[in-house]
Amino acid sequence: MSHAVLDHPVMDPRFAPSFPQAVLPVLRNPQLRKNVAHAVDIIQAKRNKLVAEKSDWQRLRIAASAIRTHALENLDAYLEEFEARCTAAGGHVHWAADAAEARQIILDLLRLEKVSEVIKIKTMTSAEIQLNPFLQAAGIGVFETDLAEIVLQLGEQEPSHIVVPALHINRSQVREIFARRMGLKDLSDDPHSLTTAARTFLRQKFLTIPTAISGANYLIAETGGVVVVESEGNGRMCLTLPRTMITIGGIEKVLPRFQDLEVMLQVLARSATGERMNPYTSLWAGVTPGDGPRNFHVVLLDNGRSGMLSRPVQRQTLKCIRCAACMNTCPVYRQTGGHAYGSVYPGPIGAILTPQLMHMKHAQSLPYASSLCGACYEVCPVKINIPEVLLELRSQVVNQERRQAGRFLDPMYLGLRFANLLFARAWRFHLAQRLGRIGARLVTRKDGWIHSLPSVGAKWTQTRDLRGLPRQTFHEWWAARGKGAK
Amino acid sequence: MGQISVMRVSLFITCYNDTLYPETGRAVVSLLERLGVELDFHPRQTCCGQMHANTGYRGEAFSQAKRFVRLYQDAETVVIPSSSCVAMIRDQYPGLFAELGDEELRNRFSALLPRIFELSEFLLDRLGVEDVGAYFPHRVVYHASCHGIRSLRLGERPYRLLARVRGLDLATLPNVDRCCGFGGTFSVKNAEVSSAMLATKLQDIVSTGAEYCTALDNSCLMHLGGALHRQYAGMNTIHLAQILASTEKFPAELTL
Repeated sequence: MSHAVLDHPVMDPRFAPSFPQAVLPVLRNPQLRKNVAHAVDIIQAKRNKLVAEKSDWQRLRIAASAIRTHALENLDAYLEEFEARCTAAGGHVHWAADAAEARQIILDLLRLEKVSEVIKIKTMTSAEIQLNPFLQAAGIGVFETDLAEIVLQLGEQEPSHIVVPALHINRSQVREIFARRMGLKDLSDDPHSLTTAARTFLRQKFLTIPTAISGANYLIAETGGVVVVESEGNGRMCLTLPRTMITIGGIEKVLPRFQDLEVMLQVLARSATGERMNPYTSLWAGVTPGDGPRNFHVVLLDNGRSGMLSRPVQRQTLKCIRCAACMNTCPVYRQTGGHAYGSVYPGPIGAILTPQLMHMKHAQSLPYASSLCGACYEVCPVKINIPEVLLELRSQVVNQERRQAGRFLDPMYLGLRFANLLFARAWRFHLAQRLGRIGARLVTRKDGWIHSLPSVGAKWTQTRDLRGLPRQTFHEWWAARGKGAK
Repeated sequence: MGQISVMRVSLFITCYNDTLYPETGRAVVSLLERLGVELDFHPRQTCCGQMHANTGYRGEAFSQAKRFVRLYQDAETVVIPSSSCVAMIRDQYPGLFAELGDEELRNRFSALLPRIFELSEFLLDRLGVEDVGAYFPHRVVYHASCHGIRSLRLGERPYRLLARVRGLDLATLPNVDRCCGFGGTFSVKNAEVSSAMLATKLQDIVSTGAEYCTALDNSCLMHLGGALHRQYAGMNTIHLAQILASTEKFPAELTL
């Protein structure tokens, strides 16, 4: 067994290694890299095809962005409206300031129900607050019902993508996990056999466990309703059979009106899975006698979100509808997959969301986990200018660095501060060029190239050469040419 | 080629071209002068501030941006042979000046902005020439660069210029819109991921069987060329300006 398989990724940003450290085992894992690149290439190709067929795609993006921006600018009013309508429809709304509060609210509700087991619809928000390990430690059996989540739960693995959480695992690896955990020695790896195994496993859970937990794709202020979109129908099962349903949603998930779904559902399915419409869209408000759960609770989670509302550049982050188009197109994610981001939110959106959820006290390496290529912004269905937010967060990280004593030992910090002094005056810049030319002679080989540099430069020369400095800069040539002409 | 009225252009060569790739600057000069453009070079120019802005050193980037505006505010036209530096000026200066600058500086920048051109924009949009009379008898692949595609939206411009170069055999690059992994300080801050992205990009580039990889940005070419050299891949990099400057009588200066 390779070493990489033994390295369990840390998904709590408070304890996760920095991104440059976390990628090292991943980049040496050919199976994982192949799985990730293969999966994102397929999803992206489907997405691109379906976006291309919409002649009004850019107008849809503008509309989706405007709806989300308006919702966030008036979030307080819409949240109160949601609470009032949801309560009027027979639901119960709970407010959670942080992850610990949300977990406790949910545990208390389960204790009130006197249940020892719970089934779950796929929800990244519950992963964000690390709900499963908390409930399990409290003696409650937690069963995921989304196929990919079952794979992760049985395989004791972490999600690596927000729409396709087991994207880093291929079919034969799924077979191995199912065979081992379900005791099916002769299971084949064809999709039909695997889904049949999952179905048999799940049916028994649906029929015996009376309490379910879901996330929310959208919360509708106008109706007090919740929207969950999914591909498999397991969520629909969780919504029809159980007696009690507990939904957890971030406070930013609110849409003002029911009609906003017209735009939001169109952009979500195409961006997320490359489908015109997702197979199952469940909408419900409160409780209805004789139909669905008899008890309905919504936990509205802040957990760092309200702190992102004050500044417009950062506020954009909360427009996100969790479609994952940014990670599917990201050339960094394509190499690393999700675990290296040390958070349940990976990829470009994770690189801006996670450090902000952590109040910029953790995950400071994530805003730098991007080459700023701009592919994410181009595909984002709600037009989050991710590169702009990355730069804003980088500047906040540098401002933290400026106050740290250790900055004078950081060659990158010193180099950039020094370069700024050089660029402020042409004579300093020109002097540095001349001195650099002399210094470069020490490391330049006979072929005129530099193969090895010290300090930060070693990071460059570990995989690339650098052409040696030319004998004459451009401005020196220009000056000499002017003299020659006269 | 039609008659072109004399146009005065101020060349912003950029800090890294000045230091590392003077041959690109010399090629821009020979190309534009051949097309009848009168060139001017401001000797006090240094850097646009991109490296600082993209690494999070906003105050430093602001002082360099301010310096750029001061130096070029009276220029008739500014040409910059580096797509990422043009993108820095267009995309980031407005935000920097809105946050840190005074009203007067913002106004001076707004007046200057429409007169700033990336090289291929200048040739096609301003001069209106597609055939610059170049000769470069080699198989060439064009790396489109992220800023060229998504920020400047250069689109067909570089391909139209390359199509008119006599003797040139243009290869098609698969996954042309994918980043090469340079990303400025990203290439050292996240050197391993950057190298993995580079390896993926090189597979596509080398698969074309081209002799030269060209671009409108020497920073991507420094990254690609550094690895091609390390790997003895038998392919060189060359800025598009050098291909366009190349003629039968004066072939491109080749840096081997």
